[in-house]
Amino acid sequence: MKKIWGFMLLLSVLMSGCKPKKIPGSEERKPGMESIKIGVILPMTGNVSGFGQQTWLGIQMAQKEKPKVLGQKVELLLCDEKSDKTESANCAQRLIQKDQVIAVLGSVPSSNTMAIAAVTEENKVPHVTPSSTDPLVTQGKRYVFRACFVDTFQGKVLARFAVENLKARSAALLTDVAQDYSAGLSRYFTQQFQKLGGTVTELKYQSMEQEFSAQLTQIRRLKPDVLVVTGYYPEIALIARQARDLGIQTPILAGDGAEDSRLVEIGGEAVEGLYFSTHFDEQMATTEIQFHYTKLFRETYNKPIDGLAALGIDAYLILLDAMERAGAQDREKIRDALDRTEKFQGVTGEITLIKGDAVKPAVVRKVEKGGFHYVTTIAPTLPSPQ
Amino acid sequence: MTLTDLVQQLLNAISLGGLYALVAIGYTQVYGIIRLINFAHGDLLMVGAYMALLLFASAHFPWLLSLFLALFITCMAAILMERVAYRPLRYAPRISLLITAIGVSFFLESGATVLFTGVPRSFLTMIPKMWRGQWKIGEITFPTLSFITIAVIVISLMFTFWVIFRTKTGLAMRAIARDFETTMLMGVDANRIISLTFALGSTLAAIGGILWAMRFPQIFPLMGVLPGLKAFIAAVIGGIGNVLGAALGGFLLGILEILIPAFWPELSGYRDAIAFFILIIILLWKPKGLLGSTVE
Repeated sequence: MKKIWGFMLLLSVLMSGCKPKKIPGSEERKPGMESIKIGVILPMTGNVSGFGQQTWLGIQMAQKEKPKVLGQKVELLLCDEKSDKTESANCAQRLIQKDQVIAVLGSVPSSNTMAIAAVTEENKVPHVTPSSTDPLVTQGKRYVFRACFVDTFQGKVLARFAVENLKARSAALLTDVAQDYSAGLSRYFTQQFQKLGGTVTELKYQSMEQEFSAQLTQIRRLKPDVLVVTGYYPEIALIARQARDLGIQTPILAGDGAEDSRLVEIGGEAVEGLYFSTHFDEQMATTEIQFHYTKLFRETYNKPIDGLAALGIDAYLILLDAMERAGAQDREKIRDALDRTEKFQGVTGEITLIKGDAVKPAVVRKVEKGGFHYVTTIAPTLPSPQ
Repeated sequence: MTLTDLVQQLLNAISLGGLYALVAIGYTQVYGIIRLINFAHGDLLMVGAYMALLLFASAHFPWLLSLFLALFITCMAAILMERVAYRPLRYAPRISLLITAIGVSFFLESGATVLFTGVPRSFLTMIPKMWRGQWKIGEITFPTLSFITIAVIVISLMFTFWVIFRTKTGLAMRAIARDFETTMLMGVDANRIISLTFALGSTLAAIGGILWAMRFPQIFPLMGVLPGLKAFIAAVIGGIGNVLGAALGGFLLGILEILIPAFWPELSGYRDAIAFFILIIILLWKPKGLLGSTVE
């Protein structure tokens, strides 16, 4: 009897681990009318849902502004990847096989985009990610493009900002080892920071972890000039809180993974004064298209535009521009047109795609009184990423 | 590892362990009485935290009232859960009951996802301003919240032990755990006692959930899964069915989980694995748990 009981216990523990897979929610297909279908894969729920929500606002607005291409209506099919790599790949399979989309937009976390890219590459479907910055996302891929800069550049931006603006000589670095984005950004930051004469101590954590006291106690002893966290906003917010609770007053610096209003909602007063690099700020606007979309975003959603929403707009516009130049609903021609994207006037600046990547300036923002404020722009004049 | 760090971590560890202890008591008591591992127990943490936030932030109830109402609603939810899902299966095979418990757990998680969406919400508004600061004693900084957490846990545990060991209801609970039929023959209303057990356990879980959400101020429908699992481990470590064992197991687990990565920071990524490792070691050494009873 005891043995059976023990077995049942084990079984039940195992079973509690497997959650039922839900069918990804996407909009109903309207029969009859001809339309051009574009698949959008974003994390609308789960750990980094803020990224998906914000990007979706941008894409929806861009669609409202430019609803037609090649004389036909654009239909967006949204698939929620639930902040999960496997779900991301499932979404891509479903959109390509079942819905027969002509191209795919998404996702935000680099690891998830890579899972999608494996599917789009295999099926030869043009794929534009708005904001996945890890170099590996487009490396060796023929059909994958991005609207943003890469982390080889962002790592330099963070290192330069730490040294020049924060006068830091030593840095404590916290890396989310479960995310390719964080691992990559940490590597490029370390390379550049050391080149500029600084010392780096790296500690690790994983997405969805909530308790960082062990790492932070170590950091407190090191007394670094700056604490760099390269992960995503839910963990950055908790790290900031626990750091302040331990009496660590070191300035905190993060990458574009920090940009979401929930950083402030969860972090509260602990994230005040936190700096992060990102893709866009209203203050950067100089061209007509930038003024147009920043104004439109404010009017539509009653809040300032951020990097993710701006890149959502840009990804949509780049894809539509390529479709127009391709002149036909042909995946191969659209790919070639995307590859030839040159000096495209986007919301986040001028976009020229070289081997799938864009080269653009980065902006540093700061958390002040619960809002994000412009600090400085760092131009991509540094040796360009290989 | 300096002495300062140790003292600092110890406070952190005790408050985490206390949270496990609160939740573990619910597991162990329900097991003791109806021999059911109530897997939905962890999800009551989530129910408690969401109710508190909704009442306060959306319905604009006063802070203290929303907290007590949240406890009350969670308590009612647990009683309803027992009435609807477990009572009809009282004399069914245990495996049916166990599978039902897993079903109830999924029901609560999916229901919360439908009602509150899968987008995590901030719990920060629930933490009063004066609780967010730190106390400085020389080199050591303590978050005020840790003291409050520990104080609430101590009061809750004292109240629970008073109920279980000093009241007639508690006596009935312990009697039913020992021998269900005989106790019924003595004229004890078993259904009433079982409902009360669920009520007590779920209130503790809701308190645990709210304190957990204040410690990590982000709540989402699956927030109860991991703490629930850890509390279950704590209950097994202490000897499932034994209330004192559950509290002991909770504190032990929390303290080891904080202190092991504090001494060996390279292990910090394996925090969850540590809990299971401790469980295996203790079960190998004492298969019935630390304070497991010898009564069959």
